[in-house]
Amino acid sequence: MIAIIDYGVGNLFSLRSSFKAIGEEAVVTGDPAVIMDAAGIILPGVGAFKDAMDKLDSTGLSDTVRRAAESGRKLLGICLGMQLLFDRSLEYGDHRGLGLIPGTVRPLAGYVPAGLKIPQIGWNALDIRQDSKLFKYTAKGDHVYFVHSYYADALPANITAVCEYGAEVTASVEKGSVYGFQFHPEKSGTAGLKMLKAFCEI
Amino acid sequence: MITKRIIPCLDVKNGRVVKGINFKNTNDVASPVELAKFYSECGADELVFYDITASFEERKLFTDILRETAANVFIPLTVGGGINSVEDFDRVLKCGADKVSCNSGAIRDPKLIGRAAKLYGNQCVVISADVKRVGDDFRVFAKGGREDTGLSAIPWIKYCVSEGAGEVVLNSIDTDGVKKGFDIELLRLVTDAVDVPVIASGGAGSVNDFIDLFREVPDVSAGLAASVFHFGEVKISELKEEMRRNGIPVRL
Repeated sequence: MIAIIDYGVGNLFSLRSSFKAIGEEAVVTGDPAVIMDAAGIILPGVGAFKDAMDKLDSTGLSDTVRRAAESGRKLLGICLGMQLLFDRSLEYGDHRGLGLIPGTVRPLAGYVPAGLKIPQIGWNALDIRQDSKLFKYTAKGDHVYFVHSYYADALPANITAVCEYGAEVTASVEKGSVYGFQFHPEKSGTAGLKMLKAFCEI
Repeated sequence: MITKRIIPCLDVKNGRVVKGINFKNTNDVASPVELAKFYSECGADELVFYDITASFEERKLFTDILRETAANVFIPLTVGGGINSVEDFDRVLKCGADKVSCNSGAIRDPKLIGRAAKLYGNQCVVISADVKRVGDDFRVFAKGGREDTGLSAIPWIKYCVSEGAGEVVLNSIDTDGVKKGFDIELLRLVTDAVDVPVIASGGAGSVNDFIDLFREVPDVSAGLAASVFHFGEVKISELKEEMRRNGIPVRL
């Protein structure tokens, strides 16, 4: 069973439907016991980094996520959920993250060339940089759906795919059993569903 | 590279898609869920559901349909029509919409966009504007294009973006329904004025109209249409293949 962490941020309807579509049991839950008991954990999130981190801290779920990750449980952060995995974020200030993957979340503005629209909204091709179990069913040039104004400045060792948006933008990361997608697999058609399926199969 | 998006728009009334639909490939040609699946399989990059119902009962039916579509179609869904309050945003977001587009609601209450953006993030707030030439000006029209609001289009759209709209859908009333191409002049003005993605609407009659759009207005992010897709005059798979042949970034 997959636990989709509910900490009051974002819309979990599509994510839950996606697992249903690939025939995987998934529960939306904020209960640490259920999360610790799951085969895999999804950390979703949209909105502001600080608000999301505050909610994870105040509900005690940041400890749950860290403990689960440290015990080797597979964990996938999606969009803001991926950004939360990092050490810190410079979104409206300087905020501490979960610290599960080294790096800093920085604004796209100033990183990508002026004139490009921010947020990056739309479908972009994945440029796969490293083998990943999550890309088991992914074909070269598969497109996925992005919506974001910040990006993860991560170590090359942890970056498994990038996309080109005037500059190389981190699309997916992993470190041990901790995975992160900047894009939305639940909104990326069959390409995205296949990645969720691969996650379940790890 | 980010691809140019192709977006079919489905007008939904009483739980059914209206505007003549002419498809052989779907079992139920007016079922929003079936049509959404069909478009998704053809390569549509996103779908817009436009709620043209009025009564409370029908609105409930619309959200039921939306929920069922979102449970079966895994591409971004935008919902428009009847969005007048933060509660309306909440209602459709809970049913699986990813973005919410408001038009007349924002004109009536110019603070609506700001409130919604603060609650749900800029990425899910879309300003949709119906624009028409009046003398030397481009004016924003309300009530489905029937009423001149007196608002000048460019300042209005800039204001909405500054309030937090993360995307702009620009419907040109002058080109809408004429099927002779998108409103290139107006689209250039708007893409120059704002930094967020602009979606072109109104005027598509053929594959070439989309090619011209993306060539003439390289900053435009997407092309939206309804009847040309519904009637099969433009097939999305053929359109996208033609875009690729013309060097326009596209998701095939």
